[in-house]
Amino acid sequence: MNTLQPRHLKRSTTHEQGRRVVNVVMLGLTGLMTLIALAPLAWILIEVLRRGSGALSVSFLTDTFKPTSLGGGGIWHALVGTGILIGLAAVFSVPVGILTAFYVSQHPNTTLGLAVRFGTDVLSGLPSIVVGLFVYTLVVRGQGYSALAGSLALAILMLPIVVRTTEEMLKLVPKSLREGSLALGAPEWKTSFSVLLPAAMTGVLTGLMLAVARVAGETAPLLFTALGSNNLSTALDKPIASLPLVLFKYAVDPSKVRNAQAWAIALIIVTLVLALNIGARLITLWRSKMLQ
Amino acid sequence: MTFQQAGSFKSSSSSLSRVLQHGDVPFKTFIALSSLTLLGLMVGVGVMLWLNSAPTRAAMGWSFITSTTWNPVGQVFGAAPFIVGTLATSLVALVIAFPLGLGIAVFLAELCPAQWRTLLGFLVELLAAIPSVVYGAWGIFIFIPSFVTPLGNFLMGTWGNPKHFPYLPIFKGPFFGASSLAAGLILAVMILPTISAISHDVLLAVPRAQREAALALGSTEWETIWQVVLPYGLSGILGSVILGLGRALGETMAVTMVIGNVAQLTTSLLSPGYTMASVIANEWGESRTPLYGSALIEVGLLLFSMSLLLNIIARLLVWSVSRKTPDAEGGRA
Repeated sequence: MNTLQPRHLKRSTTHEQGRRVVNVVMLGLTGLMTLIALAPLAWILIEVLRRGSGALSVSFLTDTFKPTSLGGGGIWHALVGTGILIGLAAVFSVPVGILTAFYVSQHPNTTLGLAVRFGTDVLSGLPSIVVGLFVYTLVVRGQGYSALAGSLALAILMLPIVVRTTEEMLKLVPKSLREGSLALGAPEWKTSFSVLLPAAMTGVLTGLMLAVARVAGETAPLLFTALGSNNLSTALDKPIASLPLVLFKYAVDPSKVRNAQAWAIALIIVTLVLALNIGARLITLWRSKMLQ
Repeated sequence: MTFQQAGSFKSSSSSLSRVLQHGDVPFKTFIALSSLTLLGLMVGVGVMLWLNSAPTRAAMGWSFITSTTWNPVGQVFGAAPFIVGTLATSLVALVIAFPLGLGIAVFLAELCPAQWRTLLGFLVELLAAIPSVVYGAWGIFIFIPSFVTPLGNFLMGTWGNPKHFPYLPIFKGPFFGASSLAAGLILAVMILPTISAISHDVLLAVPRAQREAALALGSTEWETIWQVVLPYGLSGILGSVILGLGRALGETMAVTMVIGNVAQLTTSLLSPGYTMASVIANEWGESRTPLYGSALIEVGLLLFSMSLLLNIIARLLVWSVSRKTPDAEGGRA
C-alpha cells in the first residue's frame, strides 16, 4: 500500500483539481438556475403591482360595466359573478372531495382505492379547457350558458386538490384516535365525522384554499360555460360575469382604458391567489410544527 | 375489522339499525359512490367528447388529423396545423424548462441550506399559482416588447438569415412579436414549477445510503448527484418532464394571447401559430355551424387523449421511484 500511494496521488493531482472545479461550477450553476427561475416571478409581480395599482379605485370596485365613452365603469358585476361561481363550486366539490378522501385513506391498497388515487392525479393534470368542453357537452348544449355550468366546471377542477390535501391530513391523524373511537362502540361514520374529520380539519381548509386559488384565475373553462356578461346578475341559470373573463376581454381590447382596467383586475386576482397560497402554506407549517 | 362489529352487541338497537351496522352501510356506500363519481368524471369526459364530435369524425375521418386545411367557411377541417403548433411550442418550453427545472430540483434537494429550502421551493411553486390569463397579459404588454422582440430580431438576423452558416429555418423571418417562440417561452416559465417540484420530490425519495456510499468512495458532491442520485431517480425525473409536457399541451389563455392565432403550417418559430387549446378558445364564439362546433370538440378530444396518455405514463414513472424506496415518503407524486 505504502509504495503505491505516492504514485497514485501524484498522477491524479490535475485530475483531482479538475473534478473540484467541475464540482464548484456545476453546483454554482444549479443555484444560478434557481435565481433565473425567480426572475420572471419578480418581474410579473412588480409589473402587476405597478400597473394595477394605478387603475384601482373604490369606484372601480363598486361600479358595474359602462362603455369606455362613459369612463369604462367598474367590475362589481364580475366580483359578484366570481364570488357566486367559486362559492357554488366549493359547495359541489368539498363534500364529494371529503367523502372520496375518506374512501381513499381507508382503502389505500384495494383496486378501487388505487384507481381513485390514480384518477385523482390524472384528473388534476387534465387541461382546464377540456373540462370546460365536457361541461358544455353535458349541460350547456341542452340548458344554455349558465352560472351553474360554470361552477360545475370549476368544481371538477377543484375536486382533485380537495381530495389530495384532505387525504394527506387524514393520513397524519394517529391511528390510536380512530381505534379508540371504534373501541368505544362508535360506528365508522361517526368516527369519521366526529373524530377523524375534526382532526384533519386543517387539511380540508388548506385544500379548499388551494383549490379556490387554483380556479380563481381560471378563464378557459368559463368561455364554454359561464360565458360572461356585462350585467350584474345573480341568477344561476343565466350567463354570469367573472373576473378572469373580464381580464381577458380587457387585455386584448384595443382601448388603453380597458388595458389599464385589465391590470387592475390582474392585481386583484394575483393578490387573492398569493394570499390563499401563502395562507395555506403557513397553516401547513404551523400544523406540522404542532405535530412534532 | 372486528371493531366494526362492536356496535352489534348492543341489545337496544333496532333490527334495521343492526342491518345497516348503525349507519355504516349507507356511509360506506356514500364514500364509495363519491369515489366512483371521480372516476366516472374521467370516463365521462372522454365519452361526451367522443359523442359530440361524431359529425366531424363522420365527415372528415382520419384526414381531420392529417389535413393541413382549416377552412370553416368551406366546411373543411384539418387540425394538423394545431397539432404541429402545439408540439412545437411545447418542445420549445421543454428544451428551456427541463434543464432549469432539474437544476432547481438539485439545488433545493441537495445543496440549499435547510432554512432557505422551504422559502425558495415555495417561491418557485408560486410560478404555477399565477393564473394563465395574467401570464397572457404580461406577455402581450411586457414580455413580448421587452424580451421576445429583441431576441427574435437577433435570431432572425443570425441563424434565421439564409446567408448565415449554420442556417436554421426555425428562425426564419418575418417576425412581428406574437409568435410560437413567445408562446414557447411563456410556457417554459409556466411548466418550470411542475418539473422542479416533482423532480424535487423524486430526488428526496432517493435513499440517503446511495449518496453516502458514493461520497465515501471519494466522489465529489456533483459526481454523487450526476452519477448516483440522478440515475437512481431517472424514471421519476422523466415523469416530471412528461407532466410538464402535459401541462404545456393544455395551456390555453396565455398561449392564445401571445401566439398570434394563424392557422398555418410553418417551420419557423418566429411566425405566428396556433395550438389545439388556443384554437378552441379563440374560435369558439365564431362556431356558428354544427360541424364547426363539432370540429372544435374533436380538437378537444385529441387534446384530452394526448394529455390522458401523457399523464398516465408520467404518473406510473413517478410512482415507480417512490415505490422502489419503501422507507421514503412517496412525495406528492
